[in-house]
Amino acid sequence: MEKKKKQSKQGISKEQQQYLQSIKREKIFIRITQVLLFLLAIVSWEAAARHNIIDTFLTSSPGAIFELIIGFIKDGSLFKHLYVSTTETVVGFLVGTIVGLLAAVVLWWFEKLARIMDPYMVILNSLPKTALAPIIILWAGMGFSGIVVTAASISVVVTTMTLYTGFVNVEKDKIILLRTLGGNKFQVLKKVIIPANLPNIMSVIKVNIGLSWIGVIVGEFLVSKAGIGYLILYGSQTFKLDLVMMGVFVLGIVAALMYFLAAWLEKKVIKY
Amino acid sequence: MYICELKNISKRFHTINNETKAIEDLSFKVKKGEIVSIVGPSGSGKSTVLALIAGLEKPSGGELIVNTDSIGFMFQKDQLYEWRNVYKNCLLGLEVKKMDSQENKEKVLGMLDRYGLTNFKNHYPSQLSGGMRQRAALVRTLAIEPDLLLLDEPFSALDYQTRLAIGDEVGTILRNEKISTILVTHDIPEAVSISDRVIVFTERPAKIKKEYEIKFDECPGERTPMKCRNTLAFGEYFRNIWRDLDGKEKETIETRYF
Repeated sequence: MEKKKKQSKQGISKEQQQYLQSIKREKIFIRITQVLLFLLAIVSWEAAARHNIIDTFLTSSPGAIFELIIGFIKDGSLFKHLYVSTTETVVGFLVGTIVGLLAAVVLWWFEKLARIMDPYMVILNSLPKTALAPIIILWAGMGFSGIVVTAASISVVVTTMTLYTGFVNVEKDKIILLRTLGGNKFQVLKKVIIPANLPNIMSVIKVNIGLSWIGVIVGEFLVSKAGIGYLILYGSQTFKLDLVMMGVFVLGIVAALMYFLAAWLEKKVIKY
Repeated sequence: MYICELKNISKRFHTINNETKAIEDLSFKVKKGEIVSIVGPSGSGKSTVLALIAGLEKPSGGELIVNTDSIGFMFQKDQLYEWRNVYKNCLLGLEVKKMDSQENKEKVLGMLDRYGLTNFKNHYPSQLSGGMRQRAALVRTLAIEPDLLLLDEPFSALDYQTRLAIGDEVGTILRNEKISTILVTHDIPEAVSISDRVIVFTERPAKIKKEYEIKFDECPGERTPMKCRNTLAFGEYFRNIWRDLDGKEKETIETRYF
């Protein structure tokens, strides 16, 4: 084993070098194509707008959106709206994920409860939660709290179901092993169930970020005085498509950033 | 004197459709430091015996005396936790029993060294070969210094060569450290080469069909499983046990081949 390691560090054969190079070349090719594809879309959109091939009243144009963004950055209002929406999303995401995780733990701990709750979970899970948003906002408040609860409600049930399934499917012998070593139920939870489900938890986190954004945007469509969802709705009602497009663009960037943060966290947490 | 005694033990399993008698009126004892193998047909309740002794199942009848609360259990699969590195896996038992003192941790490091795993102690199980994984599982099991070791076909997931090598290693370790052991296996040569005594089970419900004291007089010096395999007595034990399992008293292995 060790000999092999030394070998590969000292002298790499020509074939191996070529192989590594070909992999590198392919990676670069893919990255360049990705960037070109984006630029192509932007440039042709802008060109079509300038030559009146498309109606900018309906489609806006990259230049107009860019100008608008600069304006919004200069007067600081972009950050105000971003701050409102991001805070709602992060809080909604945390509430949904943590409550969902705790519920999954409770269901795992009390097996009978899980069996009793099963049909309700299935119905709640298949129900489109956005249909509940108007009710939730009436109950939880016409503002921050209502939007946060809407965001959390979208991710909480699917989190519970996914994690509970993961908990139940941990290999029996792994649990028996801990019990033969004298472990109690809490130790089984802490040393087997949760760590065995870390990959599961991380993928739930990634999905929940997206789900929370859906909840926040829907919530902001219904009640809000600020936020990206507010900007989009306001823009569409006043036929300012530049504003709508800017909202969507900024939303895409922020959501992607949060996703990459989660992916980075996943790499840090799961090393095996 | 005895680490474990089974007196008229029976065990039934219940499902909605029926009741299965896994074990009926089973009695045997294991001396301290003795290595006992149980062989028997598939589904004859061998693993159930281990589950009873480990306290994972309750017997339906009879009396079970286990004179220790420090039991090590090894499974067919190594059951290393893939999210822990080798060293952390080996500390699992000590952690659970809250015995993870500096002194005990150093003992574990010493064992890893003895079993050739020092260079891999920070590796994750997915990076190890099957043989190394099973050795790591052995260190994890021995780390809590069990008085009684229960092995449930611990080598059967390994390829043949590794299986012989690991069986030889583990058998030698058990003998040197005088650890009371009950080994459940399908593999007659493995049972004979490792054990002091082989118990042959009947079909379900499990009863004792025969018992063999295994002695190798022609084996000079330290007894290792590999040396045992090269003796004449080994072949004799093998033939007898094979005949017991085969169930056909007259039609011996010879008549089949000639």
